[in-house]
Amino acid sequence: MAKTLDQSPITDTPTVIQRWRKSTWGRWSIRVLFYVLLVIIWQAIFQSGIWPDYNVPSPLEVLSSLLTGFQSGQFVPVILASLGRLVVGYAISLGSGLVLGLLIGRVSLLKETIGTLVLGLQALPSICWLPLAILWFGLNDRAIVFVVIMGAIFSITQGVEAGVRNISPIYLKAARNLGTRGLALYTQVIFPAAFPTILSGLKQGWSFAWRSLMAGELLYTTIGLGLLLENARDLLDTEQVIAVMLLIIVLGVAIDALIFAPLEKMTRKRWGLNG
Amino acid sequence: MFLTSVLSTAPHIERAEKKTLQGSGIPLTIESVSKTFNGDAGLVEALQPVDVEIAAGEFVCLLGPSGCGKSTLLNIIAGLEPASSGSVFANGERIRGTGVDRVLLFQEAALLPWLDVQQNVEFGLRQAGVPRKQRADIARHFIELVHLSGFERHYTHQLSGGMRQRVAIARALAIDPSVLLMDEPFGALDAFTRDHLHAELEAIWSSTGKTILFVTHNVREAVALGDRVLVFAPRPGRIVSEFRIDLPRPRALEDHQVVDKTAEIMEALREAIGEAA
Repeated sequence: MAKTLDQSPITDTPTVIQRWRKSTWGRWSIRVLFYVLLVIIWQAIFQSGIWPDYNVPSPLEVLSSLLTGFQSGQFVPVILASLGRLVVGYAISLGSGLVLGLLIGRVSLLKETIGTLVLGLQALPSICWLPLAILWFGLNDRAIVFVVIMGAIFSITQGVEAGVRNISPIYLKAARNLGTRGLALYTQVIFPAAFPTILSGLKQGWSFAWRSLMAGELLYTTIGLGLLLENARDLLDTEQVIAVMLLIIVLGVAIDALIFAPLEKMTRKRWGLNG
Repeated sequence: MFLTSVLSTAPHIERAEKKTLQGSGIPLTIESVSKTFNGDAGLVEALQPVDVEIAAGEFVCLLGPSGCGKSTLLNIIAGLEPASSGSVFANGERIRGTGVDRVLLFQEAALLPWLDVQQNVEFGLRQAGVPRKQRADIARHFIELVHLSGFERHYTHQLSGGMRQRVAIARALAIDPSVLLMDEPFGALDAFTRDHLHAELEAIWSSTGKTILFVTHNVREAVALGDRVLVFAPRPGRIVSEFRIDLPRPRALEDHQVVDKTAEIMEALREAIGEAA
């Protein structure tokens, strides 16, 4: 005789705990709890005295360093300076990368020539460009922006190239058939069709740009987050070192959450999981 | 009529003078059209020269197994591929590349996945420069026609195969082409959906009078839908016979007459394939 549903040992309805864990409130609560726990462990390590307090400061000292930095007005101009370089460098990479990637993606001859150059240059860690950049541009901002560009441009180019090259030809056929001509083919079909792949190239480019910026700022002293780190190290101010590191992390995460995450979400919504 | 009043303000959609106001079909003349591909193994004759006259508003089915040039011919008529020889005349004028009066429907629906249903259906109208509000109205009309009202904001990945084909049909109809070229559009669908879409297609055809060229490898489908069936054979692709289907409409796949005619054609197909083998 067949088992009736309420005799089945497998329950389909989620328990209260399972539902809470999936809710936004639940997810954030767990995260906050986790980080609070980490801070408590950190404080415990500090108080246990395993390592000297000039190596491992307490979380409160780091927090105080952070707050002082902002209150004294020291942090804000520094953040703006670093971000400014990043934005300028990335914008240039974005513009050139889009054009370059499109050309390489659509013209086979260019793929076989410039394309290989792009592949080769990407193998060079962008920070290696700094000495040459300083020789070319002198000891100033432009050298760092150049390094940032070298960090991002090849990722973006390759993302665009791959995106454009891998478009299903049927989209172009359908679009041409419906009367799409000339520039519209590029703006209304090729670019949106390639967008998911382009986006991953943009993300990677951003990541490299951020790293290049920090590396550049650490090696070459000019107003910026890198200099803050260097100075703090110089003064054996571990609290400030960690505070600035946290600041850098927060900036990176914020940019990702404000810019890339919504774009990815939109892409996934439209394309389904294939996006 | 709703359609003409809305479309007549779109300056870029051209109308041939010989068509009636209802946007009905135009005649096609295929004159010695052939296609040869230059493949790795040398020249491949995908389609030997074919000559066909298609009357305005005729529903012609191109029937045959894979690889006999039917899809190639359709692509040539759509202007997506150049013919190796010969020309196609639409309403007396030689065709030159793609044109919005000859729209091709693919087996895979070919919806643009970054656009939702409404935007997909509006796509052709947007290319023609139809203003936003009119686009939306026309699109909504055709979405309703294919019974997909309520799905305007859905994306391709949220639709079933049958729904996608209906969107593709709505998208094609929205720009009011004179010729519908359908390349095995229902091939990937289950039998129930296919039957349903047959009925919808026939209703659309009888109300608009467009010229329809329908490629299929399913004999019964060809008999149920077409006024005429052109039978193709492969290697090299060519037309081997032609059948006139004079059965009354609407036809169902189970009708005795449809079944009998199918048997007749299948016999002819077997002979033709037997020759080619």
